[in-house]
Amino acid sequence: MRHAVASAESVENNSFAVTSLLKICAHCERLSKRDLGVRIPRPLGNGPSRFIPEQEILQVSKVDTRTQSIFEDAFAALGRLDNVSLVMGFHPQYLDSFLRTQHYLLQMDGPLSLHYRHYICIMAAARHQCSYLVNLHVNDFLQVGGDPKWLNGLGEAPQKLQQLGELNKILAHRPWLLTKEHMKCLLKAEEHSWSLAELIHAVVLLTHYHSLASFTFGCGIMAEIHCDGGHTFRPPSLSQYCMCDIANGNGHSNHHDDPFGNQEVCGEVEVLMERMKQLQEGRDDEEASQEEMATRFEREKTESMLVVTAEDEECVPSRDISRHFEDPTYGYQDFSRSGEHVPTLRVQDYSWEDHGFSLVNRLYPDVGQMLDEKFQMAYNLTYNTMATHKDVDTSMLRRAIWNYIHCMFGIRYDDYDYGEINQLLDRSFKIYIKTMVCSPEKTTKRMYESFWRQFQHSEKVHVNLLLMEARMQAELLYALRAITRYMT
Amino acid sequence: MEKMSRVTTALSSNAISGRTMFCHLDAPANAISVCRDATQVVVAGRNIFKIYALEEEQFVEKLNLRVGRKPSLNFSCADVMWHQMEENLLATAATNGAVVTWNLGKPSRNKQDQLFTEHKRTVNKVCFHPTEVYMLLSGSQDGFMKCFDLRKKESVSTFSGQSESVRDVQFSMKDYFTFAASFENGNVQLWDIRRPDRYERMFTAHTGPVFCCDWHPDDRGWLATGGRDKMVKVWDMTTNRPKEIYCVQTIASVARIKWRPERKFHLATCSMMVDHNIYVWDVRRPFIPFATFEEHKDVTTGIVWRHQHDPHFLLSGSKDSTLYQHMFKDATRPVDKANPEGLCFGLLGDLAFAAKESLISSDVNRKPYPGGDRRYPIFFFKKPDPTEQFAHVSSALSVFETDLNSNHMDWFVKTAQLYLLSGKPFAELCDHNAKVAQELKRPQVSTTWTMLRIMFSDPANLTATGPNHNLSSKLGTLPLMNSFSMKEMGTESRLERSKGESRPDNTHLEPGTSHISNNNEENEETEGSEGQAEYMFGDAELDDDELYSMEHDNQTVLLSNTVLSLLPLPNRHEAEVTCLTPIESFSLISISQPLYSPHLPGSFFCPIAREMLSYYAEQGDVQMAVSVLIVLGERIRKEIDDLTQEHWYMSYIDLLQRFELWNVSNEVIKLSTCSAITCLNQASTTLHINCSNCKRPMSNKGWICDRCHQCASVCAVCHHVVKGLFVWCQGCSHGGHLEHIMNWLKSSAHCPAGCGHLCEYT
Repeated sequence: MRHAVASAESVENNSFAVTSLLKICAHCERLSKRDLGVRIPRPLGNGPSRFIPEQEILQVSKVDTRTQSIFEDAFAALGRLDNVSLVMGFHPQYLDSFLRTQHYLLQMDGPLSLHYRHYICIMAAARHQCSYLVNLHVNDFLQVGGDPKWLNGLGEAPQKLQQLGELNKILAHRPWLLTKEHMKCLLKAEEHSWSLAELIHAVVLLTHYHSLASFTFGCGIMAEIHCDGGHTFRPPSLSQYCMCDIANGNGHSNHHDDPFGNQEVCGEVEVLMERMKQLQEGRDDEEASQEEMATRFEREKTESMLVVTAEDEECVPSRDISRHFEDPTYGYQDFSRSGEHVPTLRVQDYSWEDHGFSLVNRLYPDVGQMLDEKFQMAYNLTYNTMATHKDVDTSMLRRAIWNYIHCMFGIRYDDYDYGEINQLLDRSFKIYIKTMVCSPEKTTKRMYESFWRQFQHSEKVHVNLLLMEARMQAELLYALRAITRYMT
Repeated sequence: MEKMSRVTTALSSNAISGRTMFCHLDAPANAISVCRDATQVVVAGRNIFKIYALEEEQFVEKLNLRVGRKPSLNFSCADVMWHQMEENLLATAATNGAVVTWNLGKPSRNKQDQLFTEHKRTVNKVCFHPTEVYMLLSGSQDGFMKCFDLRKKESVSTFSGQSESVRDVQFSMKDYFTFAASFENGNVQLWDIRRPDRYERMFTAHTGPVFCCDWHPDDRGWLATGGRDKMVKVWDMTTNRPKEIYCVQTIASVARIKWRPERKFHLATCSMMVDHNIYVWDVRRPFIPFATFEEHKDVTTGIVWRHQHDPHFLLSGSKDSTLYQHMFKDATRPVDKANPEGLCFGLLGDLAFAAKESLISSDVNRKPYPGGDRRYPIFFFKKPDPTEQFAHVSSALSVFETDLNSNHMDWFVKTAQLYLLSGKPFAELCDHNAKVAQELKRPQVSTTWTMLRIMFSDPANLTATGPNHNLSSKLGTLPLMNSFSMKEMGTESRLERSKGESRPDNTHLEPGTSHISNNNEENEETEGSEGQAEYMFGDAELDDDELYSMEHDNQTVLLSNTVLSLLPLPNRHEAEVTCLTPIESFSLISISQPLYSPHLPGSFFCPIAREMLSYYAEQGDVQMAVSVLIVLGERIRKEIDDLTQEHWYMSYIDLLQRFELWNVSNEVIKLSTCSAITCLNQASTTLHINCSNCKRPMSNKGWICDRCHQCASVCAVCHHVVKGLFVWCQGCSHGGHLEHIMNWLKSSAHCPAGCGHLCEYT
């Protein structure tokens, strides 16, 4: 009973804090330190994300009891609540599935030992220079008794892990180049070889953390309060933002009076919806020929190449992170540009549902099921809203995003008309997707703000979840296909 | 019709001289189908669409349907079906969502007849109506099924599954209007072709996608389904609720399924991933395939019985770009390779034995074990059906009980409970364990413990050994326990003598330990002489083995060491006492020699100890091996490789747990030094609790229940909520704050809640 009273009090306190916070900007730092900071650790008082105003994220967890209880469970399990989870709190259904999978991969029974798992996480995150995830797992790695020497670089790690470096590199940037020879190299019976089950575990971990790195950059996740290393290789000006600054910039209008107040730039959403409607209705009369359909995929593929990702500012990987991987120059290369001709992967020939799932579940029981649930959750998640509009069927848009990402990895759906992508995804959005998926470390706040201006932050996070899962599935498909080929 | 096909069956089986054959395709196949008269087969895939004629000795390519300069996606087939009435008619399902029909009677090169592009996603399956010429059904990834009339340009009706993607559609063989559809979410639906608005019935058949279904060709009520969950299930659809009548567990997800013609209980399956074989199952015997075809090098994607009334020919297409005809007589029969008998020991030495029924019945007169064992035939399967080739569907299980007195395991349980493995000085542990073994009439074990104490007691460390020796001297009766057992064969006077011997030892030892601080040599000497003196007496009592052992007495230590481990074997069949005494006496004589030398540290004996441990482990007494391993600890651990240690630990822990000696097994796990063993205690440490009020699981916090909003765990002493450490009695399940309960039970033996239970707190 005592506790119940206490928590009611604190909720009251918090809501009071937030209301006053909206009005009195000058007090925000003090208030946040005193009241809000109790539950959520924040460095410098500017929230879990650089892109999304803090209040929005915090409000979610207070309003939604489900989110609240998921947060509590996560905290109980890990003894911390990381910023990634906080941002994902916009979508509690997904978050639940995500945390369950991640917990299983890292903590529960599995073929790899705990410190190996964390080291693989570090390797994967370091590939994208994601200092946030690297720092997080360096702590975990040391906590489960990992050898600190390994952290000096991959060269100091056991040879078994060193061999994984190549797979990590290819998987992160050009997964379509994976062949069964790569798998053979790891699996051949030698002293430092991997077992199939271990390899599957490692592959799932690698892909999970590659895509999580995308999410981290895509949502501008801030470094954890206890991992201060993260601040160093970000421009200091960015991390010094007070949340008021952020509010003044991007989300300003959202906090005062009408949250969707700026209607003058409107039309964007409406145009998109109109297009979706047209596509849905006008499908039958403008039926494209088969050749046309085939070329549309090629065109989309080549076009995705022309979408320039880099916003000129070249991000130099800090020494601190780059020591965890080799060959820092190896990066994403456009699928269609790559010199050697790589055949397109047809989903009808190797799909997650039919083939990937069976393989994973066979070698690493239960994980197949969890991943399956997670993919489905991400793919099917919808609130039937778009910005201010309600009761919108967004399935077409979600499918376009999903297939566009797979298209960038050279995965083709026979039954999809790639012309739809061009109609539904505008250029700034494509830039954002491409950057986030292919070289997430180059994502900037400007990119995040410049696409889908009228959409809410929760919707942008939703998009990020889609991107992350689509990317993970694409990588997994290539890796699992290589393993299947090795086995046959 | 029926008659005619039977005639062709007879013809074809005459014509085809029974050959397993194959041909290379240019590309992986996705599906195959055979025409009605079983002379041609069509193969369809992403990059292949060809018709082959089945000739006696080989496949002959008849026609390539993949024509045109730039083959469109319409040629990329996920499924193909040859019409069973109209031999010129084929239908394919394309990966881009098109349904295409082909007319072989067309004069032009391009045989494409109709094109339906109504589905939005990949079409997974097409199916012709078995008796209606113009009716075609399709099932697609978009969740819709469409029925086409081939005389019209578009579908006549659309069925919405209202759930996920359709994986398979099959017209019922017997009911004109019924078809079954299987779905990605695990459901199976039955539809009436005349009612597109709603399915007739729906049930969940599998967890995960149902990849395939097939109606039984003869029995109208039977539907077989196969899914990603690696199961094949046979459903009886005639009842109100579909009933699962058979279930076969395979090793990989089931991609295709086909009932075998003319064999009521047989069906063929192939898998989607990993496993390349085709299995034919007898559903009544789901544990082992009736027949296996192992020719393919990559996953099999299509299987079809060559003729609908001939069970001997199976055609299959595969991702490895081959098309096979399998002869049933060439199939592998896994049953032939399977072990026909099973044998297993029970915990208390009972023996279970399963074998073919015929084998057992022929042996009725022979007693497998001498000495009045009883036998229980447990159950019998029904007699094999003589028409089926699958013989020996029955086996009998017999259980042989051991004589209660001869071989029971009491000694193991008692030993496990009474042994001390830690918590006291080494020598004391050894003495204690020796005593335990002695009381259980296991003199060899007992002596081993004593030997170990002698060998490994650290003479260099006086402060430690001092008290040890005092204690061991006080426990002076311990070595004398040996004499008690000897008493059975020896005399009273000898016992007296040996007692007399040890007393002077005591007096000799005490001044040594209390006054002298540095006299290693003397100490060791006394110890050595003590051992020798005692066992010399034991030796003297031997009659037949005496000479034998004395011979070795003068040999080198090393030699006798090896004899130590070898000797017990020839003697094992003698009576217990005579068998064991020679070893102890003999071995001790041999090793007591080096004890005189002051330069020998404990590690000198490590090889002996190691051999001794291996000996015990090989004899099946892994208990002894592990106990010694733990007691000796660091002294011996380096000598034995980790894998062996782990193996011993695992065996011992397994045994302990079978006897439900949880505490002992936990202690062993705790004391073990293998990382693989200690981590056993780290696994599955989650404790699930239920609310004490509403008895439902507590999900969130440990102290307050989400459902009934009551504080679940209240301290029985202070009546406040317990957060943090909660201790409770496992007898009456009352409990509270650790401190409060501790204090309470200091003063009272009864439960603080007043339930009258005598709680124990340890």
